[in-house]
Amino acid sequence: MEMPVPNSTILARKAHLAARLAAVLPSDAVIQDEMETRAYECDGLAAYRCPPLLAVLPRTTQEVSDILRICHEEGVPVVPRGAGTSLAGGALPTADSVILGVARMNEVLDTDYDNRVIRVQSGRTNLSVSGAVEEEEFFYAPDPSSQLACAIAGNIAMNSGGAHCLKYGVTTNNLLGVTLVMMDGTVVEIGGAHLDAGGLDLLGVICGSEGQLGVVTEATLRILRKPEGARPVLIGYDSNEVAGACVSDIIKAGVLPVAIEFMDRPCIEACEAFAKAGYPMCEALLIIEVEGSDAEIAHQLELIIEIARTHNPVELREAGDADQAARIWLGRKSAFGAMGQINDYMCLDGTIPVGSLPQVLRRIGELSQEYGLDVANVFHAGDGNMHPLILFDANKPGDLELCEQFGAEVLKLCVDVGGCLTGEHGVGIEKRDLMLYQYAPVDLEAQLLVKDVFDPKWLLNPAKVFPLSVSEGRREPVLAAE
Amino acid sequence: MYNPQDEAELAEVIAEAGALLCIEGGGTRGFGGAGEVLSTSGLTGIELYEPGSLTLVAKAGTPVAEIEQILAAEGQRMAFEPMDMRGVLGTSGVATIGGVFATNSSGPRRIQGGAARDYLLGVRFVDGSGQVIKNGGRVMKNVTGYDLVKLMAGAHGTLGVLSELSLKVLPNPEAVVTVSVAVADLTVAVRAMSAALGSPYDVSGAAYDPDTGLVHVRLEGFARSVAYRQDKLATELAGFGTVATDAGSEVLWQGIRDVAGFHGRVGDVWRISVRPSDAPLLAPMLEAEALQFDWGGGLIWALCDAGADLRARMAQAGVAGHATLVRGSAETMTRLGRFQPQVAPLEAIAKGLRQRFDPKGLLNPGVMG
Repeated sequence: MEMPVPNSTILARKAHLAARLAAVLPSDAVIQDEMETRAYECDGLAAYRCPPLLAVLPRTTQEVSDILRICHEEGVPVVPRGAGTSLAGGALPTADSVILGVARMNEVLDTDYDNRVIRVQSGRTNLSVSGAVEEEEFFYAPDPSSQLACAIAGNIAMNSGGAHCLKYGVTTNNLLGVTLVMMDGTVVEIGGAHLDAGGLDLLGVICGSEGQLGVVTEATLRILRKPEGARPVLIGYDSNEVAGACVSDIIKAGVLPVAIEFMDRPCIEACEAFAKAGYPMCEALLIIEVEGSDAEIAHQLELIIEIARTHNPVELREAGDADQAARIWLGRKSAFGAMGQINDYMCLDGTIPVGSLPQVLRRIGELSQEYGLDVANVFHAGDGNMHPLILFDANKPGDLELCEQFGAEVLKLCVDVGGCLTGEHGVGIEKRDLMLYQYAPVDLEAQLLVKDVFDPKWLLNPAKVFPLSVSEGRREPVLAAE
Repeated sequence: MYNPQDEAELAEVIAEAGALLCIEGGGTRGFGGAGEVLSTSGLTGIELYEPGSLTLVAKAGTPVAEIEQILAAEGQRMAFEPMDMRGVLGTSGVATIGGVFATNSSGPRRIQGGAARDYLLGVRFVDGSGQVIKNGGRVMKNVTGYDLVKLMAGAHGTLGVLSELSLKVLPNPEAVVTVSVAVADLTVAVRAMSAALGSPYDVSGAAYDPDTGLVHVRLEGFARSVAYRQDKLATELAGFGTVATDAGSEVLWQGIRDVAGFHGRVGDVWRISVRPSDAPLLAPMLEAEALQFDWGGGLIWALCDAGADLRARMAQAGVAGHATLVRGSAETMTRLGRFQPQVAPLEAIAKGLRQRFDPKGLLNPGVMG
């Protein structure tokens, strides 16, 4: 993966920059020792590493503003970092960049049940937002699978989704306001506890901008009352086509489950070997979860099962109690661990129109043969967000590159059938060079214009999202006068 | 008037335009600015509809009614309930899907299912230089690059002229029931709506009509489920006033969506978005002739004396949010502006975006500042 050549002038000014930052920050907030900056050399895309010039760990919006103002004056790139769980390299530093980590900003600022919102500092983890309102039976809906670790800041940067977004939407649908610090240090409030911030929908474009437009330090999030209960059903089919048709029929019938998960045979086999959840060995498994009171759950499951039966399932397993429900989810929830047990893997994230599922799975199977790399598919079937896991051996020379080529072909396939490169992980560096496959140059230029407005010097996370060749002219180093 | 018949013609008109353009869909929303009318009504047609994927793609000038009809045939709908502005504005004409999204027009279900912008999956638009640009797509989860789809929703044509939209649709519920509570005043009304919205019963509408003293709470879904929740909710709300339930809700909620209570009445119309719990504090200070409350109290419709500045009254009350002047004389519109002015850094960003997407300043100039 190509990254811009570090700016030697910036490298030479490390001590100067560190001194300026130390002058406005508490002593423990500036990390410059090379042993310690190494902790920030990568995120969840661990194949790529580069220690930053410095790392700073502010505790307040004012400190974030001071850091950005100084870096802006010095012409130093800044890479914002939440919890560092990005699977796309969104928080990967360059050697001449400052990592701005918000992990120490994790306070709940206001909990407002009457208006069903919570205000948090952006370093707070996703799950602990729900944790803060659990007592009153409320929750924060977006639930990326890294929710134990990932920060709201990163969720906003990547517009994170999760298994339950078929019903509750993704981050952008649950975000009402932010405190945003611009690259020049200006602090702005956008939106708040009221709905639909006035003026242009800047909140909508900030969410999912991968830390390129500003640093979010606080967020107002919508919280919801928990449903009375939830229960899954497991349905097995002997072909992907039939399972796909079943999903489509359920949606058409007006049932809107909170989650429809899909696993193909390689994934079922790996999960079964790892977690021993007692899954049937078949071509495709669906796990469908519905919510409500006991009677409502029973009724929805009845409708789903009735539809499922018309497609002749090889297995149909209802959860009689919480223990059985947990067993149904057990295999699915250990899918990533199961694959990790077998080998290194790369997790893709393309989205496709639901109707293209059988065709896409078939083609992925063919590609798997051609590349000689195994692949397992686990999939948010309700919304078409695929997660093919390609297995490779990081210790085998050339295997990573082969895996990346395979991955790129799968993502192109997603685009070809009318989908997109990434449904919830973001572009980062991982899918940067494929952007021109999905978008024409004029489409990308429109996106670049937005960054020009927010960050005219292109200092915030500059080497991400856009192919380097596309952003090159804008990333020219703008150095402070010597 | 320009009346292009396809996207290529639309692009040509804009590329060659030397003077201001007033973008118009069906002309029902009444916000046109100065300049030659550029109508999108020639860009019609539903390009794709996949009920099993909950996705529909239509050209911007396609009438809303046509889309509603094709959806209804499959038992589906646009769940964000786009408002029909004709009653409030006294306009006529045929509302288009482009106009709905250009104004991010959302109805009572905003509090549960989201705004129009939450259902917009992809756009094609022509910028102020005549370039055709696409963003998003037709799948429900898409974080590939910046979300210009949201930026275009509600931009009132100032960043580009929408030519094609891809949207998420949802199944119609089997049953709809309204639980109504007769309450003493606005304070009790907001508390009752807050209790309903904070319950696990998946409320899809919560409105208050001070003229009748009734809070209306809407439940939708399978008949058995709605029956169960309506009983639970009636019990929960009994402490706030006398409760009644009604199954024939369609006209009632259409009236709430379109602010039927203001139709045919004189005065300026304001649409104010606040934190619901601020509504009781703000309402008396607005000195309005009539008020209607939606979104649990968070959306206030105010009918008031011509020329009154409700933003000043909001500021006096110390309430955060924003107020849109939906209907007022040309003089008032010019003096107060249609939209709430924003703080300087945000105005600078908005201006910067407009300059880049519309360098010649042709598209609906002045409509958003």
